[in-house]
Amino acid sequence: MSHSEKASLFIQDAEKTQWHDETLWFVRKKRDLITKTIPEWEELRETASQIKDHVLDHLADYLEEFERNANKNGIQVHWAQNAEEHNRLVLDIIQSKQCQSIVKSKSILTEECHLNPFLEKNGVEVVDTDLGERIVQFLNQPPSHIVLPAIHLKKREISELFHEKLQTEKGNEDPYYLTQAARIHLREKFLNAKVAITGVNFAVAETGEFVVCTNEGNADMGVHLADVHIACMGIEKIIPRRKDLGVFMRILARSATGQPITNYSSHFRSPASGKEIHLILLDNGRSAQLKREKFRNSLKCIRCGACMNTCPIYRKSGGYSYDSTVPGPIGSILSPGTDLKKHSTLPFASTLCGSCSDVCPVKINIHEQLYEWRQEITKANPDRPKNLSMKLASGIFKSPLAYRISGTLMRKVIQALPNSILYHPLNSWGKQRDLPQVPKESFRDWYKNNRL
Amino acid sequence: MNSRSIILEKLRTGNPVADKPLPEWNLISSAKNLVSGFKKAIEANKGEVFELSEFENWLKSQEFEQVLSISKHFNYPNSIQIPTDAHELAELNLAIIDGQFGTAENGAIWLDDKNLNLRALPFITEHLVIILSKKQLVATMHDAYKRIQDSNSGFGLFLAGPSKTADIEQSLVIGAHGAKSLRVVWCED
Repeated sequence: MSHSEKASLFIQDAEKTQWHDETLWFVRKKRDLITKTIPEWEELRETASQIKDHVLDHLADYLEEFERNANKNGIQVHWAQNAEEHNRLVLDIIQSKQCQSIVKSKSILTEECHLNPFLEKNGVEVVDTDLGERIVQFLNQPPSHIVLPAIHLKKREISELFHEKLQTEKGNEDPYYLTQAARIHLREKFLNAKVAITGVNFAVAETGEFVVCTNEGNADMGVHLADVHIACMGIEKIIPRRKDLGVFMRILARSATGQPITNYSSHFRSPASGKEIHLILLDNGRSAQLKREKFRNSLKCIRCGACMNTCPIYRKSGGYSYDSTVPGPIGSILSPGTDLKKHSTLPFASTLCGSCSDVCPVKINIHEQLYEWRQEITKANPDRPKNLSMKLASGIFKSPLAYRISGTLMRKVIQALPNSILYHPLNSWGKQRDLPQVPKESFRDWYKNNRL
Repeated sequence: MNSRSIILEKLRTGNPVADKPLPEWNLISSAKNLVSGFKKAIEANKGEVFELSEFENWLKSQEFEQVLSISKHFNYPNSIQIPTDAHELAELNLAIIDGQFGTAENGAIWLDDKNLNLRALPFITEHLVIILSKKQLVATMHDAYKRIQDSNSGFGLFLAGPSKTADIEQSLVIGAHGAKSLRVVWCED
């Protein structure tokens, strides 16, 4: 299904659509408020952008430096070319520990690899521990937003779900009550897991450490109680120096949710005594994206989600309309690089208003890349339905005579035609749009009659 | 070739180059009053800041079953012993630990292995108290990372508030998986 077909499913519930739109806009406004308190905000964005540009030029060198230092610290580093290899590595570690149940904190990358179904197929129970992710896991859904995984759900739905899964009181929709039920349920999982999986926000080449940020503390509850910590990261998450963290830690949470920092920002440098840390470096199409000159700097993304919160299309169409691990504007420039056919409608799910680029903390030119993808996709599939009408229009606009004749014709015909033809489903421009009132005469005729 | 060499090879061949140098910056901190800035930040993160005497009064009014204090600046005579396995802290009601320094712009307090003893401690405890000196404050995260540039603890943490979530309809709830409250207590030195 195309983006617009999926979006039409989401907007069937008009009240929820409006709530979704307003809630994400509220998060965007919180981001605006807090960034205005930092006089050097634009300088921070520029610096972050330059650091990432530099890293993309020297990615191989920084990865090797990181690996060398991480090894020295006692972290075991693994490399995976694709999702299958990544999942196999994770499973091998879990099986070598004779472990049947693991806890996992938020990681977009393991969603990208479809790790959960793979582990479950191999007899490992996976418990997502971020509250929003646990909610969508209970529903067998992927997250609909990379920072706010259950933003598409209302508390009534979560209350019903928890009544079924966690035996909470029927009809109790109090968020505190529901969160406490999840706390008790997940505590037991934390206390019993031997292996914990996390994502990675940043990895530092200079020190061989990596940073994981959460507000709930679920990543730390998992890894510090387990014997083995498996951290999964995309190769683009590397930054050169510890001091660079100062820049990124200042922009990440402010851009994401309008808070000055996440309540927990954990720096893992070496395992606690008697424990293990494994880190998997995943390519999965990133090296290919790096070779696409127009799209390579999409790899600068730090996954804050600001472009989603601001996007008028995302806010009104919901995360699932994108059918992509990373939805929204940034997803629409990352995903076509992995599967152009599947994601061919995503770059068109934009007004090209540029708001995404304006809020991006690492200054990715998202809307320009959306436009570039449109050019590539149109070249690759010349038979899109609008092409015929575009060619026709181009012929008419090229010839003044044809323009005049068709104008006169349309002014008469549009008035005469019934709505069933004017708004026929084949006219995709007529969906949810009314044609304007047709003027009696053209500007040319009016000018001739009144001014000449 | 193994995956490592294949990935590195791909990254080294045929890439367009932006040719941007690694930037150096000198971002000047804007915070003036570090103590009031830090307090405001902690409160915005849903923590609280106490003077020592206020904290002592509060503690007397509480009836915690299990309290673990490993603070060098605050003596709690009935502290339980530090276990060897963090799982034994599952019923811990209150942990009292020392923070190394705080960051005024966001309330982030740096803790590492020598403050924590067991890495799970500030997460698994029901309530958390961090003892911090007013003299140990920096303005921004740039200053914070400058300060820990040479520290090489196996684990380090910027902790800025209690565990929180807003995953149910964006309603803020304090006390998700980690500590349900954070109290920062000023100490003398």
